[in-house]
Amino acid sequence: MRYAMAVDTKKCVGCSDCVVACQTENNVPNGYCRDWIVEVVAGSYPNVEIELRSERCNHCDNSPCVRCCPTGASHIVEGGVVLVTHNECIGCGACIQSCPYDARYSHPEGYVDKCTFCHHRLEKGQQPACVEVCPTNCLYFGDLDDPNSDVSKALRNRKWKVLAPEAGTKPQIYFLT
Amino acid sequence: MKEELFVSGRDIPFIDPYLNIWHWQIPLYLFLGGLAAGIMFFAGLFLIMGKEKEMETTVKWATFLVPVALVLGLFALFLDLKHQLYFWRLYTTVRLESPMSWGAWTLMFITPLSFVWVATYMKEAIPGWHWRFSILEKAEALAIKYRKVMAWLMMMLAIVLGVYTGILLSAFNARPLWNTSILGPLFLVSGLSTGLAAIMWMSKSHYERKVLSKIDIILIGVELFLIVHLFMGFLAATEVQIEAAQLFLGGQFTTTFWVFVVILGLIFPALLEILELVGYKIPIWIPALMILFGGLVFRFVMVEAGQITRFLY
Ligand code: SF4
Ligand code: SF4
Repeated sequence: MRYAMAVDTKKCVGCSDCVVACQTENNVPNGYCRDWIVEVVAGSYPNVEIELRSERCNHCDNSPCVRCCPTGASHIVEGGVVLVTHNECIGCGACIQSCPYDARYSHPEGYVDKCTFCHHRLEKGQQPACVEVCPTNCLYFGDLDDPNSDVSKALRNRKWKVLAPEAGTKPQIYFLT
Repeated sequence: MKEELFVSGRDIPFIDPYLNIWHWQIPLYLFLGGLAAGIMFFAGLFLIMGKEKEMETTVKWATFLVPVALVLGLFALFLDLKHQLYFWRLYTTVRLESPMSWGAWTLMFITPLSFVWVATYMKEAIPGWHWRFSILEKAEALAIKYRKVMAWLMMMLAIVLGVYTGILLSAFNARPLWNTSILGPLFLVSGLSTGLAAIMWMSKSHYERKVLSKIDIILIGVELFLIVHLFMGFLAATEVQIEAAQLFLGGQFTTTFWVFVVILGLIFPALLEILELVGYKIPIWIPALMILFGGLVFRFVMVEAGQITRFLY
């Protein structure tokens, strides 16, 4: 099993509903977020192109954050989901330094926190909160090993890219272009 | 085509607008680690070479600084942790892939070793000193008997510690400025040089200082070579690394780095040491202080600048 997400940059309108849904679902402290919107504006008027991306931890296949963690607090569970065990984390910040996507932050309580793909929801057979709430249905989630999953189908039919592939982390958030 | 990028809904403390999660504690920790490694290395080396008499400060007295530096360094590291109650978690697993982990373990071995080393010279340092319990007397006798073994251990662990201070940074490929294997040797050599500076400052023997400053001049030469190499490597690498190098070649760290680290911290003290060797009278504390200060600034600059360099945004 290999969980992954595809983000349709053509359908995303940048409404930030995914950001708010995540903050509510996961009790993210004020001023912090586990997912965020990036807006890329290319060209100049009248030939302007805008790309909107809902970004989060890439749950990388080759995850430097897990490798550099001195305590094993950062770890990978079934399906390739990268998680942090709060009461094993010493807050050394190594994993924050190691993430090319700056997807991690230091929670005010001291441990490191980030997107979990809503692991607690996956266990119940539900989709991540951001996927569920997106009004344009531009987030596709599922198992890459299952050819009939939403994410597999989306990746089959569209062109896609990943962010900073040169960082070598094998990211698992795909952006449909 | 010009691209403009906006990240909305993100202003996370210490992460945005650019990463700033490691503050003064980490560079200080790296500096003290390098300094301790330098002193230990030469103490071990000259003991093994049988120069305990001629190089008294190196083998004996300067090593009293080591436990102090290591304990202070560990304390600085501890201060940097954000989840301090769980500090002990560092010592419930060994994770070889994580420099943070094997560095913590190296310190776990090298710190007690440095205490034992110093303890074996206690009686010479403080006349009339005696250990309160007879078991300690016995332990001391044993340690003195195996001093050579300790010296070998210390030398090896010192190299591991010195290299570790660089690898701690270079293992992060997400930070282009750090992601170069030159950082390991560079931090080691710089650490050895700061160690020498501290010993020279303490030493009263003309002979000893002469030997040490000769070694130091070579080390500084190697350091300069590695620095040139570092930038050549960056400029021949990918865009993000070229950008990282630009921070030092016209960017915001240019003056701090070239003036305080390279000129005042390396070239100038090396020249003073050479002048001293050819017969001029130079108070030793001047080059020593410059080397120590340069080493400290070097680590501050590297840690801060590295966090600014990145792949995205
Ligand atoms: S995006 Fe960052 S935090 Fe997430 S798995 Fe990759 S390296 Fe780790
Ligand atoms: S901050 Fe926590 S999760 Fe991150 S590397 Fe350190 S111990 Fe591991």
